[in-house]
Amino acid sequence: MCLAIPGQVLEIVDEGNRLAKVDVAGVKRNVSVGLLDDEDGGVAVGDWVLIHVGFAISRVDEAEAEATLKLLAGMEESYEQELEELKGSSIE
Amino acid sequence: MRFVEEFRDAELGATVAAQILSLLEPGRHYKLMEICGGHTHSIYRYGLTDLLPDEVEMVHGPGCPVCVIPMGRIDDAIAIAAREGVTLACFGDMMRVPGSEQTLLDAKAAGADIRVVYSPLDALRIARENPEREVVFFAIGFETTAPSTALTMTRARAERLANFSCFCNHVTIEPPLRALLDLPEFGIDGFVGPGHVATVVGLRPFEFIAADYGRPFVVAGFEPLDILHAIEMLLRQLADGRCEVENQYKRAAPDAGNPVALRAMAEVFELRESFEWRGLGEIPRSALKLAPAYADFDAELRLELPGASVPDPQACQCGDVLKGAIKPWECKVFGTACTPEHAIGTCMVSPEGACAAYYNYGRFAREGEPA
Repeated sequence: MCLAIPGQVLEIVDEGNRLAKVDVAGVKRNVSVGLLDDEDGGVAVGDWVLIHVGFAISRVDEAEAEATLKLLAGMEESYEQELEELKGSSIE
Repeated sequence: MRFVEEFRDAELGATVAAQILSLLEPGRHYKLMEICGGHTHSIYRYGLTDLLPDEVEMVHGPGCPVCVIPMGRIDDAIAIAAREGVTLACFGDMMRVPGSEQTLLDAKAAGADIRVVYSPLDALRIARENPEREVVFFAIGFETTAPSTALTMTRARAERLANFSCFCNHVTIEPPLRALLDLPEFGIDGFVGPGHVATVVGLRPFEFIAADYGRPFVVAGFEPLDILHAIEMLLRQLADGRCEVENQYKRAAPDAGNPVALRAMAEVFELRESFEWRGLGEIPRSALKLAPAYADFDAELRLELPGASVPDPQACQCGDVLKGAIKPWECKVFGTACTPEHAIGTCMVSPEGACAAYYNYGRFAREGEPA
């Protein structure tokens, strides 16, 4: 649970509860984007975010997201475990 | 420089390594502490200690949330899970952490209903889907994770979910650092600060380290180049005689942190009078509990827990590892009685723990020997 993995926002699936579907290395799951709400309306489709325990905690640019994904892939076991846990997630 | 080719920008990596060399004061030994377990992991995965000159020693700090949970709280979680009609939801990292008699994994094998979840929102869904069961989320983590629990509790209250509660073990990063800095033998020259915690709290909670304790502090990202760059920034401050809090990870961690996350935490949590840290003992005002407005969702108020303080096993030196007093391999049981498969201490269980990082990347060599 210690990792923060980059994902790209595909769609806002629940406006009221601030849930968005994200693509994390090909795994598509719902996460909360409520922590990134701001006066500009918060996260938008296409944004890259760092995701930690089912919550987007920071916005990053695409180059940063790619570099972080590459770094995490190098972490092997803990990254794979994190992705497996994400696959088991079903946030509504 | 065998790992430099893995950097995002290999040339820049070599330049930073050269700058580090140029900043060293002849004859001086530098001890720098990386606080976050994620940094420890990167340092060993990418062999950064091999890249650094001998004069720069990296010491691992207390920033692994799994590592700092005391045994008594694991026993409490197991007691919760053992109750009739109760489901305990927890992060996978907690399953193999030893309690005084067993782990959560052992308890699950013995029939307790324990579910591994990716997110506190998954725990909330389990509660919604199982109204006949009392679902307790075993919350752990520093300020990176606490806002996620906070928003989850806000939603549970809005939904009036009567069968959901939180066994709160969230901790805050400032008090253990202050406790370490107050140790008379704590000879750390500067800190590589935790990047993900800083996305939430910003730089403010670290200002005291520069202002009151005269140590430089640089918040860093998690790529090997980020860590090297932060080390270079620390050495530059020391060379210039400066002492400041700087941010190397501005691209993800704004100086002011995340105001939404800070507000959510302030609404849902309040500080505990005191909390026990594994290896560090009781630290005043170092952990969070649910605020009175959320008392209905507080597992510690809803369920009767043993709440006992359990001393660490005698052989275990996790406390000394967490304080940076010894290196993992200096622990008596490292790699022998204590391995990731059969861990005695939390620093070996958590993949972000300093002992597991040493062990998994084969860095058993004593100082001065080839790795």
